[in-house]
Amino acid sequence: MRRIPNGMFAWLLITPAMIILLGFSVLPMITTIWTSLQEPGIGASIGPANYERMVGDGVFLQSLRNNLVFSLVTVPISLAIAMLMAVLVDREIRARGFLRMAFFTPAMLPVVAAAAIWLAFYQPNFGLINAIAQGLGLPGQNWLGNPTTVLPALMVVMVWKEAGFFMLFYLAGLQTISPELNEASKLEGTGRWTHFRRITFPLLLPTTLFTSIVGVANSFKQIDFIFVMTQGGPNNASNLLLYNIYLQAFPNRNPEFAAAMTAVLVLILVVLAVIQIRMFDKRIHYR
Amino acid sequence: MQRIRIRRHLALLAVLAGLGLLAAACGEDEAGEAGQDTLDEATEDDPVEITMYYPIAVGGPLEDVVDGLVADFEAEHPEIQVNPVYSGNYDDTIVQAQSAIDAGDVPATTVLLSTDMFSLIDDDLIVPFDELVTDEDEEEWLDSFYDEFMLNSRDGEGTTWGIPFQRSTIVQYYNKDAFEEAGLDPEQPPGTWDELVDMSAQVQEGSDVEWGVQMPSSGFPYWLFQTFTTQMGVEIVNDEGNEVYYDQPEVVEALEFWHSLNDEHGVHPPGVVDWGTTPEDFLQEETAIIWTTTGNLASIRDDAPFDFGVAPMPENVEPGSPTGGGNFYIFEGAPEEEQRAAFQLIRFLTQPEQAAEWSIETGYVAPSPEAWETDQMQEYVEDFPEAEVARDQLGDTVRELSTYQRGEVYDIVNDGLQAAVTGEQSPEEALADIDERANEVLEPYR
Repeated sequence: MRRIPNGMFAWLLITPAMIILLGFSVLPMITTIWTSLQEPGIGASIGPANYERMVGDGVFLQSLRNNLVFSLVTVPISLAIAMLMAVLVDREIRARGFLRMAFFTPAMLPVVAAAAIWLAFYQPNFGLINAIAQGLGLPGQNWLGNPTTVLPALMVVMVWKEAGFFMLFYLAGLQTISPELNEASKLEGTGRWTHFRRITFPLLLPTTLFTSIVGVANSFKQIDFIFVMTQGGPNNASNLLLYNIYLQAFPNRNPEFAAAMTAVLVLILVVLAVIQIRMFDKRIHYR
Repeated sequence: MQRIRIRRHLALLAVLAGLGLLAAACGEDEAGEAGQDTLDEATEDDPVEITMYYPIAVGGPLEDVVDGLVADFEAEHPEIQVNPVYSGNYDDTIVQAQSAIDAGDVPATTVLLSTDMFSLIDDDLIVPFDELVTDEDEEEWLDSFYDEFMLNSRDGEGTTWGIPFQRSTIVQYYNKDAFEEAGLDPEQPPGTWDELVDMSAQVQEGSDVEWGVQMPSSGFPYWLFQTFTTQMGVEIVNDEGNEVYYDQPEVVEALEFWHSLNDEHGVHPPGVVDWGTTPEDFLQEETAIIWTTTGNLASIRDDAPFDFGVAPMPENVEPGSPTGGGNFYIFEGAPEEEQRAAFQLIRFLTQPEQAAEWSIETGYVAPSPEAWETDQMQEYVEDFPEAEVARDQLGDTVRELSTYQRGEVYDIVNDGLQAAVTGEQSPEEALADIDERANEVLEPYR
């Protein structure tokens, strides 16, 4: 029997993955960039017109600004709440299974279903939130119909949805922390807060790096709830980058401009990921 | 833009050349005859299959109604098999149709907004119905609809590109019980702007409702706004779909009035009012008067726990509302026999009997006078005269805002209107912006 040379064997092994990666990631990326360079006008001239258009496009700039605010607020809060919930349900407490499930439920709901529920909560007239506010003697709000409250209202939904999901990763991260450290802390009489700050938090940093990258990516790409709740309104106050891309690509049929914005979106995600990795790398203790 | 135009010219040349060839080959009437010939060869065992995408933009479980109508058609035409696909709202539907076309799987027919016509023509996606006609009967059928609906179904030259199916106007729904409770005459809905303000204030004061009146400003703000401009006696778009007129003083006055309902009179909720939950606000007795599509009539009729009325739009300078809703289109890329089969399907679905059934199940306005003559319809309106309001109002309607690049123009108009409704911009500033930006987009089509 002839032996396949090692190098060849390795190539054979990665071929299926390579095909999928090339076909579904690399190729679309190249065609996106190619499409984004198609200039409007006669023939197939190539140029940066779509990118130039972006600089002067108020809606694009606003959706970008909205998205940055949205990410900067929702990601850290989701992670903090996720870590807190994980530490809480990691200990031996009563109804631990039930609590874990309760925290995780929002992450299991389909986004559209969750959005429909929140849409009803936020309704100015018969919504739950205004009903509670009125019960407490506070004035109600048209949460989704007011440009100043709509984005924070959507942030709440995002945090509610994401925190449970990230809790799962933190729970897994906590399992890897050696119980001896716990015992050592106890023997030394370390306070709970100091233990968390000096031991748990640093040892969870690899998990935090991962969840923060995923969280940032999600905050740019999870837009389903906008379709259900606001369609980007009022006057683009809740328009996020990907929703704007969808609007341009399909209902408005400007695929070239949408491709250019997609390229910018990918670039933003890459840059943010690199920054996060750099920032954390110095402080992470890998074992 | 230049490229689009050139492409259109090329396509036109290609179509002309193709027509010439066909005309030489089979005498007259081109695509329709050729498609019918192939269709004649189809049998029950070897049917022509067509796909139809359709959106639902109003309340109620309507998929079953569509399936039932399609089954009736198939019983009459065993050689045609129809695959009806419910495809979400109007935006989702155009996205799905577009993706299917890009993938080479062209649906024969789709229900899209009547106002998509110019964009669909511009992209060479649809064929005119005139081309698919094979005899005089069918020719007559093209003329059997209300003229008001054909304004958004024919281009400036009179070519028919769409067939009215789920067409609507905006009407006033009002809560008679709340009117009575507040000491108003429940048979006297507001007939003028002044009455609208006074009655809204009185009903808000004198009954349990939270708000006197609400007009949704998400979803289709440009459409709701057209009721106000029509009532001011002005049109905001031309026949050719390439120019809009939002900077007229009457238009500014119209928007100022909408804004004043909350800002000055306090009878309308603040901020943007959601399109989808407005009927719910009405049903929950939170709002006494709503303006929304007649397409919501059936679900309000079925669910309202109180006595309600439907009234024509009030007048200011004159009464009026834009028409709205969806038309059937037939796609250019489908094979001739499928286009012809779709033509048969559409003709069947707009026959008086079927149109009457669809109208009763939804609240949409049956699009031809004959449909209103059917026994079924006569019986229905005798019991429920509210159903006639939208039709009776047709004489006062204008064409819904329809332009080239309709998606982009709608975004500009909707954003500006929301900016004014939420007080971010004054009505005058917002409209000046809208006028300038929308006309900039339309400039290349003049």
